[in-house]
Amino acid sequence: MINMGPQHPSTHGVFRMRVVFDGEVIIDMEPIFGYLHRGIEKLGEHKTYLQNMPYTDRLDYVASMSNNLAYCLAVEKLAQIEVPERAEYIRIIMAELMRINSHLMAVGFFLNDMGAMATPLMYMYREREKILDLFEMVCGQRLTYNYMRFGGVAQDLPDEFMPALKRFLDEMPGFIDEYDQLLAENEVLLARTKGVGVLTAEQTVNASISGPILRASGVKWDLRKADPYSIYDRFEFDIPTGKNGDNYDRYRQRIEEIRQSVRILRQAMEQVPEGEFRTRIPTPFKPPKGESYGRVEAPKGELGFYLVSDGSAKPYRFKVRAPAFINLTLIREMLVGWKLADAMVTFGSIDICMGEVDR
Amino acid sequence: MTQPLSGSDIAKKIGEKFPDAVTSSDETAVSVQSKHLLEVARFLKENLNLDFLNHITAVDYRDYFEIVYLLTSLKDNHSIVLKTRCDEGDAPSIPSVISLWRGADLQEREIYDLMGISFDGHPNMKRIVLWEGFQGHPLRKSFVLDVPGGGRKDRV
Repeated sequence: MINMGPQHPSTHGVFRMRVVFDGEVIIDMEPIFGYLHRGIEKLGEHKTYLQNMPYTDRLDYVASMSNNLAYCLAVEKLAQIEVPERAEYIRIIMAELMRINSHLMAVGFFLNDMGAMATPLMYMYREREKILDLFEMVCGQRLTYNYMRFGGVAQDLPDEFMPALKRFLDEMPGFIDEYDQLLAENEVLLARTKGVGVLTAEQTVNASISGPILRASGVKWDLRKADPYSIYDRFEFDIPTGKNGDNYDRYRQRIEEIRQSVRILRQAMEQVPEGEFRTRIPTPFKPPKGESYGRVEAPKGELGFYLVSDGSAKPYRFKVRAPAFINLTLIREMLVGWKLADAMVTFGSIDICMGEVDR
Repeated sequence: MTQPLSGSDIAKKIGEKFPDAVTSSDETAVSVQSKHLLEVARFLKENLNLDFLNHITAVDYRDYFEIVYLLTSLKDNHSIVLKTRCDEGDAPSIPSVISLWRGADLQEREIYDLMGISFDGHPNMKRIVLWEGFQGHPLRKSFVLDVPGGGRKDRV
């Protein structure tokens, strides 16, 4: 029996797996959570609605904008706040940039875990850096943005943002093609990922797994199409799906989703209207009694906030439906029967973020 | 667009099969008695193709706990909100739905850990994010935060 983690380099934070081996083959494993538990749900009940915004950044800290967006949607549903057109577009641009960023990191770390030490990851980081520069322009932050507000966003786009975004979008498809060419038919990658860690469509649906993992198993379910929030119904894009639900499909899934995000960004960039970037909301902000569930298709899956309001300035209940946490439901089934070296590859393909798993 | 089904219509359907199960219903949700939860959930899953369990949440209303299930059909693209209540007490418990939706596994453990509601029939009912031996269940309203430097013990 071996404890992998909490300080194992491939555990993406502080995750522990208690693994029982027979030789090199895994015969049993148990995931152990909680090393990064900060009690965000309890803290949420003690802070005002707006004070909770920075806490959402610290859930899935490589996709903070998506977290902001989901929380905004939940609160706006609760208090019935209208969002101006321009703000909707800005939000979509941020959310899709965030998806590209998160998928780049997921793929980079996936290959890193496989033993392609640092090289692919550094390529990914090169592109990610450009996205972070864009985020820095709009809000001054590079990781925890705290950018969105109820009824809009915190600041308008600066003048230099649009040309920089255009430059980025012009370069990105070429980069992805180049990267894909290097890796998609790489013999080592194929041997290590094809047929490993298979999840069938039935299994994934039954286990509430969402996001790229669900789609890689062949289920065409994306909240942006299935339950369009914000203004996603205005854009043309496809939902790529995999066939086998193995590690390779999950890797391909993310690459294809980056391509689709670039498509959405192109359309959004051309359509952004002039106008207000934020509506005024009353202060102190006290939403009416009730409950609401706001959700988005975050890079890792369905991210939702379930809020219960008792009419005061603080949420009565602040619940996070964290995709990365629920996506770990089937980790035991995915790993048992495979070897130690496959465990890290499969684990990398799930793409978790401990900030969100433990909360 | 995911179609949220009306709770009142669902309540009628449930009422035909299980006459005394439904306690209340409105446009958004349907509440059932916790002792009938599992059979009602199975009935709904089979009749409405509700194959995806989005989330389970427990809310502490001081006198009772409310457990909220959001269920979606990926095939027909509709969803319902199912609620049940259990009384506040030393050891509140309700039936586990893990036999219907495997996705309930970690979420039910989390609710047990943070809210102190145990789920009958769950194969691995133990704490998940906090350590064994932790006193109390932090998400309960009766759990008072002891904030160092500024927090007050009597503030809830």
